[in-house]
Amino acid sequence: MTSTTAEIRLIAPTGTLGYGFSVDDFTRVLDEHRPHVIAVDAGSTDPGPYYLGAGESFTERIENRKELEILIGAALALGIPLIVGTAGGCGARAHVNWTREIVEELAREHAWSFRLAVIQSELSTQVVQEKLAAGAIVPFDTGEELTADAVAASARIVAQMGLEPIAEALRQGSNVILAGRSCDDAIFAALPVLQGFDRGLALHLGKILECGALAAEPISMDVMLGTLRADHFELAPGSLQRACTVTSVSAHSLYEREDPFTQSGPGGALDLTRTRVEQIDERRVRVRGTRYTEHDRYFVKLEGARRIGERAISIAGVRCPTMIARIDAVLGEARRRTERYFEDVGVHETDYRLEFHAYGRDAVMKELEPNRLGAAHELGLVIEAVADTAELAKTVCHHVAGALLHLDYPGQFNNAGNLAFLYSPSEIVVGDVYEFSVYHLMEVDDPLEPVQIELVDVGCAYAGDRRQDRVLSAR
Amino acid sequence: MSVETRPLRELASVIRSKNAKPYRLTLDVLFERRHIFEYVRDTGALSEKAVAAAYGIAPEQITSSFVFDAGMGFKFTLRRPRVQGSLGDSDIYGAQQHAPLLDIAIPWGADAPPPESRAEGRAPTQPA
Repeated sequence: MTSTTAEIRLIAPTGTLGYGFSVDDFTRVLDEHRPHVIAVDAGSTDPGPYYLGAGESFTERIENRKELEILIGAALALGIPLIVGTAGGCGARAHVNWTREIVEELAREHAWSFRLAVIQSELSTQVVQEKLAAGAIVPFDTGEELTADAVAASARIVAQMGLEPIAEALRQGSNVILAGRSCDDAIFAALPVLQGFDRGLALHLGKILECGALAAEPISMDVMLGTLRADHFELAPGSLQRACTVTSVSAHSLYEREDPFTQSGPGGALDLTRTRVEQIDERRVRVRGTRYTEHDRYFVKLEGARRIGERAISIAGVRCPTMIARIDAVLGEARRRTERYFEDVGVHETDYRLEFHAYGRDAVMKELEPNRLGAAHELGLVIEAVADTAELAKTVCHHVAGALLHLDYPGQFNNAGNLAFLYSPSEIVVGDVYEFSVYHLMEVDDPLEPVQIELVDVGCAYAGDRRQDRVLSAR
Repeated sequence: MSVETRPLRELASVIRSKNAKPYRLTLDVLFERRHIFEYVRDTGALSEKAVAAAYGIAPEQITSSFVFDAGMGFKFTLRRPRVQGSLGDSDIYGAQQHAPLLDIAIPWGADAPPPESRAEGRAPTQPA
């Protein structure tokens, strides 16, 4: 398909839905430039495995509601699609449905009518195990093979979709698209690729826009406009106080990724070795030369998280220089006494996990800390216990904190207590703990294979005073 | 006053760490002035070996490194010692693992450009 229009304009209101943006700048850019699509990334693995495992959003409902209200309103007013990628933060079914409820609530309140596409990309344990048995799942950054046990133990597994499912939803006339786990660049590249624009340039533009104005100076989660033409794209920040410069845009290709020159995604890779960035004027740059290499096989990344238990913590300070001088020995002894105590009552050290974080020594960098001999005058200790139940986690945390409080050691001056507890009660049950359990690539025959697209005409008909949504299709 | 080396903190404008997905930690060193970037680059002192030494890790723990002329930057990526969010990990975003880079020594010979060290106390802009 060849391009039918000379250019396509894409607006990113912010780098993460829920983190806010300048509504004035957003509105001004809409008025001045009349973009063809609004797209916003709502998710990331950055906040850690908990949110995927627990099915919770890392941004708040009130933030999402406020921003979706502005974005849907603008999209409907301009008659352009709004695409939300990795809805609800992690893009599993629970996250997508959470966002969908907000959208449907807004539609009812505003009496909006539009075609909603909901693209689910959570996979059942059974599907992943079948793929695994068929040899279609390979290691990614972990370097380790996936096991059937790891799949079975996962609370949720999502597939990170490429641009094709989003393009399919656009092709079916969707006004608002809520996509499950998605490649950040795909939500921007879908419409241009559907219209025949160059895939490499569209994906490169998407990689920049998905971060909002992070590629501008000063950087911010804010409005950014991209204009894609046949052989280049242009970038302009929404705020008149910001500028895109050759350096800011070039340097952005380093951000939060390992390889600035080759960036692989589902079905192919971007090659940035010949990319050229030119300054157009004070606030805009032009980018050309990015190439796309299509791969023979199409892989999607899988992300899964499993619950490893509940966590209890205790926070305490240490000010005694004699204790600080022998902190490793003291912590080790408290751990040994705790293990012995519980062993006597049939609770083995494999039934719980104990961690000490010694702030002021090496809590932040752990194994990577080169300055282990720095003499802090006080330490902040976070004592952490994780066990299958909150009760056991709290019990272990309580016991080890007590053992530390009253531990005797050579050279001790203060035998009244080794810890300054921050709170009473000194142990706090924090909640469930999740770890990443799946981080692998899965080969698919068709880019649409790992997803289900549901189309609904929201608010399309009234029955009495009740609005009804019409389900068009579900595949 | 002539000095034989200068710490990176006097030469670079951005020195940062961040997760590159859950299993990697990526370190970026960016420069504002091209002549300083090129001088540092040409010394070869900001190497995988120097970064491994600064962190006290085996060079094999560094999975890749790049010199990025267009962005006036260096990039080093490590295998995270603890997977993001796994038990014992204490930097969920990997955002505070940059400090050992600050003092990597760069040879600063007689042919070196004036360092124009950055203003004291200037807060670098911080991405969310």
